[in-house]
Amino acid sequence: MKTYDLAITGAGPAGMAAAVEAASLGLSVLVIDEQPAPGGQVFRAVEAAGADPALAGEFLDAGGALARGFRAARGIDYSPRSTLWHMDLVTGVISVLRDGASEEIQVSRLLLATGAQERPVPIPGWTLPGVMGAGAAQILLKTAGAVPQGPLVLAGQGPLTWLLAVQLLRAGAGPMTLLETGGKGALWDAFRAGGLWTGRRLLTKGVSLVREAKRRGLRIVRGVRDLRAEGEGRVQRVRWAGGEIACDTLLLHEGVIPSTHVSRALGLEHHWDEAQRCWRPALDEWGATSHDLVAVAGDGGGIGGWEAATATGRIAALDAARRLGRLSAEEAARRAAPHRAQLAAALALRPFLDRLYAPAPEVLVPKDDATIVCRCEEITAGQVRQAARLGATGPNQAKAYLRTGMGPCQGRMCGNTVAAIIAAERGISVEEAGALRPRAPFKPLTVGELAALPPEEVG
Amino acid sequence: MFAPRPDIRPATVEVFVEGRPVLVPEGASAAAAVLLAGLPAIRETPVGGAPRLPYCMMGICFDCLAEIDGVANRQACMVTVEPGMRIAAQRGARQARPGTAPEVAA
Repeated sequence: MKTYDLAITGAGPAGMAAAVEAASLGLSVLVIDEQPAPGGQVFRAVEAAGADPALAGEFLDAGGALARGFRAARGIDYSPRSTLWHMDLVTGVISVLRDGASEEIQVSRLLLATGAQERPVPIPGWTLPGVMGAGAAQILLKTAGAVPQGPLVLAGQGPLTWLLAVQLLRAGAGPMTLLETGGKGALWDAFRAGGLWTGRRLLTKGVSLVREAKRRGLRIVRGVRDLRAEGEGRVQRVRWAGGEIACDTLLLHEGVIPSTHVSRALGLEHHWDEAQRCWRPALDEWGATSHDLVAVAGDGGGIGGWEAATATGRIAALDAARRLGRLSAEEAARRAAPHRAQLAAALALRPFLDRLYAPAPEVLVPKDDATIVCRCEEITAGQVRQAARLGATGPNQAKAYLRTGMGPCQGRMCGNTVAAIIAAERGISVEEAGALRPRAPFKPLTVGELAALPPEEVG
Repeated sequence: MFAPRPDIRPATVEVFVEGRPVLVPEGASAAAAVLLAGLPAIRETPVGGAPRLPYCMMGICFDCLAEIDGVANRQACMVTVEPGMRIAAQRGARQARPGTAPEVAA
């Protein structure tokens, strides 16, 4: 069985930064990533997309530099197209799927750098072909240079909506409308969060994106509520309270949330983050979790963006080196100091953004009973409400009533919505309703992939 | 519907989507190939038979499950195209034994 000091799952900003730092301290490092190339989602396919003028700016500059540094570092075993599907928390043995076969690997420490996923936006009609996450369209642009054709509607809110609008308009996408869902007064509430001076560089970047989007002809409708997608066989129009527009593609976005699927499956302690309306693992200032062998860095520990992710990645790597006896506590603290300063600067604007882009209540708890909540098993909000009335106390009980969370996505899409609906119906907090507890394998695998474990490692 | 930008990302890999040849850029996913081919659905759901296309493109939603090179239920957004790859829509539940009818949900 191969052994490593540190296994990192995820080759985004946090994973890349942690790997480079840990390898420089002499640790043997394995990086497991599902994608074929480094970058994570934020810098997805950055090496292949280098010549695309639509992606010019931070993506190519900062993302390109991170990927080059990662590729150039010595002492990192990089395993792309690989999936972590189990970890034995007693022995430190992880199970990894690559090239159609499973392998068991002994690690001294596991760093989860699993990043973020888009917050699911369960509106009526969101399962229609032609409705996608905004991040999905951005991934198509980055990985294939592809752009949506025909009338395009971007609905929702958050920094990504403006960045994506600019990138797609630069790339020649069709006439584009942004239906912004932010509540009235959110901006004034956000100003009270402060952080604008420290976060002024990020703020300036955002303002210039808004200006460029408008200059390139983005039509903007503000204060949009009660969105629904409609069409025969695919999306053909979007309706909202007081408006309607025809479209060929509808891109939804209500911010991103930490990917906590693996950290929850491992039974680590999590807290409900009311400001970001999501679960996040309980972490100390080094990214250490409630379990001795496991740490978390990057957006998987709470949404902070790529600059915060690189800082937390380096800090977690320093902690791994300290725990393995390669660094004294004093030396680790000394080396972490500049990364902590970078982290504080990167997070300064976050409270402002969290308030400005707080999702509307109907995004968290769909009002219309007919809205599909669980896309895999096609379970509606009304069915979840009924299960709550019958006694389901949270998403884990709802599985037995409805199969929500038991389809192939294992609750990645519906878990939070089911919890929020049950909480609202029973008059309890989301924290009390609880987080869905996934089980290994963290992703479905075939019997063949499981059976292809090397024989000496079975049993 | 998605369109390629061959001037920026040359389409050099030929794959077959529902038997039809499609050229896609190197590094694109099988799900991207389905979207570029303009297929109306990459799968029909096992529960209600509803048409779906990829939703998240990052391995989260499992709405891009397709039959790739004869293997059913693969996450098409997580599979990079290879020359000659055959991508077909996943219709309903996977057949446990080929040749037998899939179990129909009640």
